[in-house]
Amino acid sequence: MMDRYIEQFPVVINALNIGFLQTLKLFLVTLIGALPLGLIISFGSRSKFIPLKLLVRFIIWVVRGTPLMIQLLIIYYFPGLVFHNNIWGGQETGRFIATSVAFIVNYSCYFSEIFRGGIAGIPKGQDEAGLVLGLTKSEIFFKVKLLQMVKSILPPISNEILTLVKDTSLARIIALQEVIWAGQAFMKGSQGISGEIWPLFFTAIYYLIFNGILTVLLGKLEKKLEYFK
Amino acid sequence: MSILEVSHISKSFDRTEVLKDICFSLNKSDVMSIIGSSGSGKTTLLRCLNFLEEPDTGVIKINGEKIYDAKDQEYLSEAAKRSNRLHFGMVFQSFNLFPQYTALENVTLAKELHAKREPDFKAHKKDVLEAIREEGKALLTQMGLADRFDNYPHQLSGGQCQRVAIARALAMKPDILCFDEPTSALDPELTGEVLKVMKELADQKTTMIIVTHEMSFARDVSDRVLFMDDGYILEDGTPDEVFNNPKEERTAQFLASFNS
Repeated sequence: MMDRYIEQFPVVINALNIGFLQTLKLFLVTLIGALPLGLIISFGSRSKFIPLKLLVRFIIWVVRGTPLMIQLLIIYYFPGLVFHNNIWGGQETGRFIATSVAFIVNYSCYFSEIFRGGIAGIPKGQDEAGLVLGLTKSEIFFKVKLLQMVKSILPPISNEILTLVKDTSLARIIALQEVIWAGQAFMKGSQGISGEIWPLFFTAIYYLIFNGILTVLLGKLEKKLEYFK
Repeated sequence: MSILEVSHISKSFDRTEVLKDICFSLNKSDVMSIIGSSGSGKTTLLRCLNFLEEPDTGVIKINGEKIYDAKDQEYLSEAAKRSNRLHFGMVFQSFNLFPQYTALENVTLAKELHAKREPDFKAHKKDVLEAIREEGKALLTQMGLADRFDNYPHQLSGGQCQRVAIARALAMKPDILCFDEPTSALDPELTGEVLKVMKELADQKTTMIIVTHEMSFARDVSDRVLFMDDGYILEDGTPDEVFNNPKEERTAQFLASFNS
């Protein structure tokens, strides 16, 4: 019995590593896309131009009000089903791009709401102090307010980041070859192993360790920003 | 000639008229205190000079040159307000220091950002930044903060923070330094150190406008005192005239409330 697991283990780990690399890639691409896009969306939702503000708030409502899995399915299948033109292609690359788009849109809406609160929480006096010193609006934002905002939103952003790590598993629904997909492959049969469910369970370890590392790193960043109040 | 001429400034918020046809002028090197009860419009007047509020009507001139005219679009753009407001330095009641910067960085930040906008900045970068730092250190030293350059605002007392804020305003070399109730947020034992540096600045012939509730300070340091009530300037004279021989009954009432 034990022998079987010892034999399977290196094969499974190898496959899971490859899958996890795709998980990691999706995580990073989402973060790199959604953080700046979220900031832009937060400006839109604070805009003094009412039609823009209402439009942005409507989009945020829809995106936050529907499951990410449904959004992913719609983004991936809708063009092919309705326009008979699968813009994403059937390959892994196409699936990855479609997934990235869905994740970036979804997460940027969540991030934007956190940013919005963070910007609103900075005292008006900071703007005024910048203005009377002759600074431009963008200098005030980037040189005065941004770091204060980052400090105040780091705890909720950290939370979203840990959730994002786990949410990447939703990409399994359109057969993106991430770590869950890689684990599940050993149930149907792959590389001479079939009918095994333990590799799927074992993927949890990957998420757990990666989130552990992130928790430590984000905690360090939070500590680093404690130099001011 | 007067350094500042303010004519027919008015300002309303929604339908409440906060400033009503304000006119006054100020001579170079004079210290002018503005007194009056809360809601009389003192702070709004100061904020109108900095364009933190936009006056609805009126004209502001510095050294005879127009820097604001409510009727002329030329003075209403963000860029025009940004460069014209630099004639005034501003010290806030709540300091408004930048928490993530040290005392010295608070003083030098705006200067550095202004220097970076100059086309030949890259060529002289090191010298320019060094000069700005030295200037900043000199200002903080003048404020009695020579040992506090590298402290962050949260490590400083309220009085020290306010002195950093004064140095920060002075760094821009304003024509007129404005104070909005600079000691109102301070514990009584800390107001003295702030008033002391303000007195020193007055002695060095800095032109200042001070909105204050510190009546004895206004009396001792000012060349001019304005008393405001309900958006109007009711008194405009020397401390002796306003404090000892007020023209209006309302002024006497206000001053009496401080003596009781």
